Amino acid sequence: MTSLAVDADALTGWVRAVAERQDQGAFVSLFEHFGPRVKGFLMRQGAAESEAEDLAQDVMLTVWRKAAQFDPSKAAVSTWIFTIARNRRIDVLRRERRPEPDAEDPMLVGEPEPSAEAHLTTAQVQTRIREAMATLPAEQAEVLTLSFYEDIPHSEIAERLEIPLGTVKSRLRLAFRKVKALVGEELA
Amino acid sequence: MTVKHHPSEALLLAYAAGQLGEGLSLLIATHMTYCPACRGVVADAEAMGGALLEDSAAVKLSEGALSAVLARLDAPMSAQADPTPVTRRRATSSPARQAGQDGIRLPAPIRAYVGDIAHARWQWVAPGVRQLDLMQRPKGRDTARLLRISPGRVLPHHGHAGLELTVVLQGSFSDEQGRFTPGDLAELDRDDNHQPIADSGEDCICVIGTDAPLRFSGLLPRMMAPMMGF
Ligand SMILES: [Zn+2]
Ligand SMILES: [Zn+2]
Repeated sequence: MTSLAVDADALTGWVRAVAERQDQGAFVSLFEHFGPRVKGFLMRQGAAESEAEDLAQDVMLTVWRKAAQFDPSKAAVSTWIFTIARNRRIDVLRRERRPEPDAEDPMLVGEPEPSAEAHLTTAQVQTRIREAMATLPAEQAEVLTLSFYEDIPHSEIAERLEIPLGTVKSRLRLAFRKVKALVGEELA
Repeated sequence: MTVKHHPSEALLLAYAAGQLGEGLSLLIATHMTYCPACRGVVADAEAMGGALLEDSAAVKLSEGALSAVLARLDAPMSAQADPTPVTRRRATSSPARQAGQDGIRLPAPIRAYVGDIAHARWQWVAPGVRQLDLMQRPKGRDTARLLRISPGRVLPHHGHAGLELTVVLQGSFSDEQGRFTPGDLAELDRDDNHQPIADSGEDCICVIGTDAPLRFSGLLPRMMAPMMGF
């Protein structure tokens, strides 16, 4: 973790600077922080180095072009860039679409109850999620990480770890709930 | 309308991580249209993805990467237009109009594949069962189809070689897990068996996604399997 010193609010500020005044200096800062991380992330997901390099460049270009769509009240910058990288990878490597619910759909039912952490900024929540994930028991962290990094179904995770499919699912459920609980707990 | 049956956290996580194929993702997106709780879970899982990205080991980009990207900043969007070849039919009419002759309202993710449901060409599968393939998928990949089942119709008892997801859009069905009404998602995985029955007074219309062939038990259902394309 080289540039951990960059705090989440600075990242938000850079995206805004790009959105509001096409600030190239802010973009370079984002590029230097996220470019190598996106490349490393994609390689852990199984992309070859040259593919990961091209995709990472595409992702950063998308960050420049779509900066105005970033909503800091909905997600942290790293979460937003994660979704861009995810969608780009599905587009390019799998040549598939990724169906999503449509916010404008007249059939869309309600909004979620505001969560306990609603008064925190998304950047603060993100920091707590990272801390909480670091405290997970190794076996839970393993299935959580595998399910993000390995492009394989849960049934194959089960085979690889030689545990029943139900165990993969329950470990994920536990990991998930533990992170949620820790993120909420710190507020009390 | 309250949704009672939800996908597992494992499945929502796989959707958020981008690990589900297009067919199964369509099922999750459809359920999410009816379910703010699961939209919240997916948003949380994406935040976990963001945390993993933030903490992932940096791999140096190539020497000229920054200048290459800077040079493209002002290039027209077309250089990076959505590259996915689209086979889906465009939804041309409004949801209200689409309710048309059949009175079926479809959530936006499904509408994007069906287009105008009033002109959809349902395929006969078995007495009282019709289907509509939503995406022509190559063999070995996950699939999604609409199923339209007459009231009272019992589907063959079957097991699953992989995941099978079902979301009810209209009417209802019951199986060993309970009763499923619009928005509810049934998740069956390998080694689960069930026998769904359409159990309300109107056609049960649901969308089904599978990532592997179903396994039928009994002789008659096995004869039906090829017809159903499962
Ligand atoms: Zn749900
Ligand atoms: Zn089934």
